[in-house]
Amino acid sequence: MKVIKHSFDGVIVGAGGAGLRAAIEAAPHMKLAVITKLYPTRSHTGAAQGGMSAALANVEEDNWNWHAFDTVKGSDYLADQPAVDILCKEAIDSVVELEHWGLPFSRLENGKIAQRRFGGHTVKEGEAPAFRACYAADRTGHMILQTLYQKCVSMGVTFFDEFQVLDIKIDDGVCKGVIAYEIATGDIHIFEARAVTFATGGFGKIYKVSSNAHSLTGDGPGILYQKGIPLEDMEFYQFHPTGIYRLGILLSEAARGEGGILRNKDGERFMERYAPSIKDLAPRDMVSRAIATEISEGNGAGPNNDFVYLDLTHLGAETIKQKLPDITDFVRTYVKIEPINEPIPVQPTAHYAMGGIPTDVNARVLSDVTGTVLPGVYSAGESACVSVHGANRLGTNSLLDIVVFGKRAGQSMVDYVSSTKPMALSDNAAEDLTNKIENLMEKDHSLEFSVPRIREELQDTMEENAKIFRSEESLEKQTKILSDLRDRYQNVTISDKGKVFNTELLEAIELEYLLDMSDTTVASALHRKESRGAHSRVDHVERDDKNWLKHSFAFKNGDSVKLEYKDVELGNYEPKERKY
Amino acid sequence: MNVKVNILRYNPETDRKGHWEEYILEADPDERILDLLHKVKWFDDGSLAFRRSCAHGVCGSDAMVVNGENMLACQVLVKEVSTPIKIEPIRGLPVIKDLVVNMDSFFDSYKKVMPYLVNDDEPGERERLQSPEDRDRFEDTTKCILCAACTTSCPVFWTADTYVGPAAIVNAHRFVFDSRDNASKQRLEILKDVDGAFRCRTAFNCTSACPRGIQVTKAIEDVKRETLTIN
Repeated sequence: MKVIKHSFDGVIVGAGGAGLRAAIEAAPHMKLAVITKLYPTRSHTGAAQGGMSAALANVEEDNWNWHAFDTVKGSDYLADQPAVDILCKEAIDSVVELEHWGLPFSRLENGKIAQRRFGGHTVKEGEAPAFRACYAADRTGHMILQTLYQKCVSMGVTFFDEFQVLDIKIDDGVCKGVIAYEIATGDIHIFEARAVTFATGGFGKIYKVSSNAHSLTGDGPGILYQKGIPLEDMEFYQFHPTGIYRLGILLSEAARGEGGILRNKDGERFMERYAPSIKDLAPRDMVSRAIATEISEGNGAGPNNDFVYLDLTHLGAETIKQKLPDITDFVRTYVKIEPINEPIPVQPTAHYAMGGIPTDVNARVLSDVTGTVLPGVYSAGESACVSVHGANRLGTNSLLDIVVFGKRAGQSMVDYVSSTKPMALSDNAAEDLTNKIENLMEKDHSLEFSVPRIREELQDTMEENAKIFRSEESLEKQTKILSDLRDRYQNVTISDKGKVFNTELLEAIELEYLLDMSDTTVASALHRKESRGAHSRVDHVERDDKNWLKHSFAFKNGDSVKLEYKDVELGNYEPKERKY
Repeated sequence: MNVKVNILRYNPETDRKGHWEEYILEADPDERILDLLHKVKWFDDGSLAFRRSCAHGVCGSDAMVVNGENMLACQVLVKEVSTPIKIEPIRGLPVIKDLVVNMDSFFDSYKKVMPYLVNDDEPGERERLQSPEDRDRFEDTTKCILCAACTTSCPVFWTADTYVGPAAIVNAHRFVFDSRDNASKQRLEILKDVDGAFRCRTAFNCTSACPRGIQVTKAIEDVKRETLTIN
């Protein structure tokens, strides 16, 4: 295989919101490359809809402490409170900065940035829903992605589009660079870089019904996990309450922020029973559980009683057109119903990983539970776990996370690069990877060991055994299934033996990351014998602060997973019962 | 139901030119065209190459020609198109493999029009103000996802690939009509050029091709008209 070498000070892997924000910070101070397996504007940040919270107080009284309280309470007290303070305090300047760079926020009559209600965000620590989410219609993520990319274009940032990073080189505990595969040619590229940021997004493709793009396969966490770096809080995976029935396409919480109501088959507004004070605007874990409960109790709609309705019919055509144009278009396109007149069939959809690569508040990757920093390696956005989202992320806080901690990752790269000397990689640095690829290419293809077969079984069984409600029984069953799938994966084969745009090869490599993400999710979930946030154990239904107010760190241990734990950093807010 | 799908295949490592391959697929009428491509790739021929990511019409990866018209494969359902379903790469850009084209010149044209806010005035500690009416003037063109469906549907672009094309003009429009931007004049100078907005012959192909429903031809007309005001 052809191997090409490049020399940079820093490399950012992934060009979604977090990667681009890091690039803007780092590019002026070093020789920087941004490497993405897509084109930057295809990144999944662009699919985010509803908004980005910041206590601007443009509509009503607000302050960042209330935002922090909501975030901590929403996290079911698992978030690290000093990190949450940073998130909520820096939110305000982050939104203003994006506006200065051109982000076309929706506006109030007085010309200020418009703000809307969102789940779990309240004024005065729970008194009433807060107008805190800054938005651009229901395409806020699209606007953030475009604005950050536009800024990068104006700065002349160097991109390697459609290059997929498949390995990191760490020698004696120090980062030296990454190895990437050029999708258009099949060539291997060695990137010398002493500072590397992983901003590769989530891994929703471990589940069958997901709001995530096909590209979200846990690449960054997978690469580091295979090098012995732990993954934090993997048992906490968020299911968004309102995915389009069967397809999983996201219908923003903004729909409920603007007044939309969830109804069961009898038309009952069932959230009144589950969250009497803020009802449909309860946090996502609670609403998804409520929907799953309604369905399991026979209150679901349709011939199989397996969905509920999102009702927007009382909002009026004008509000829908102005504030929810895209999501209502999705409904028209994919379900062929008119949401102005008819309620929409929805079900929870796999949406967001609270867990991921452990980092400190400066996006520096941690290699153990005592907080040892892995020099030169950073992560931000959904691939990272700071942890600001704890056991359940509030809506709008992910778009905030990517800019606040993306910026910090960029700053950390600058600090590190300015205090260290360039690292050299030998010409055979790509050998492990080229061997792996050549092995895959050489094996005769067999359908039994094809990527789609193994992946489909993985997604079906994760959906069945490790979704919203889990039990020791379901998780043990899934552990065994994953072990069998791992055995089959050892023999995985592909039919395409070509060099040009061989995406079958890349799907095979991504499948290994999906297996890693599933292993760590299931092992962490099996060990945590309590229910907290998005992790609901039917055999351990109570939250147990005495034993479990801690983060889990999942380490690769041969073919199994070893777990260690780290105490949560508390702050102003003592854990309390979580009621809305 | 069974659906007949014809895909224009080309592998630069083995083929001298493109050829049609026929596939008979079991499909649900509510499935997306993208789902059909996945069926071929995952269960028939793993070498089929196409781009895709979000699968619901917001990332812009999978623009292609389906039964002669540009569209996103993830945004059109089987029941909405006639059979046999003919799928080809978008036109006017070099084919890399199967349905994948080289997008370099497309993004180069985009970058030519200064697709970023230019305003060196001190913005202050808080957001710049903008009235909802001023915000509305460029609302339509903010929706662009750079999928190239418009540009590669344009007959002028097919014959003159130096033409910046509808997508670049749409992205210029997004800033030219933004009350916060100060570089309209520079952008309009660029678009006055021989390969700029006046190459448009208002064929309206771009407007019908846009998967985001942007009034592309109208945006180009707005830019042309604005160009006349700068001297």
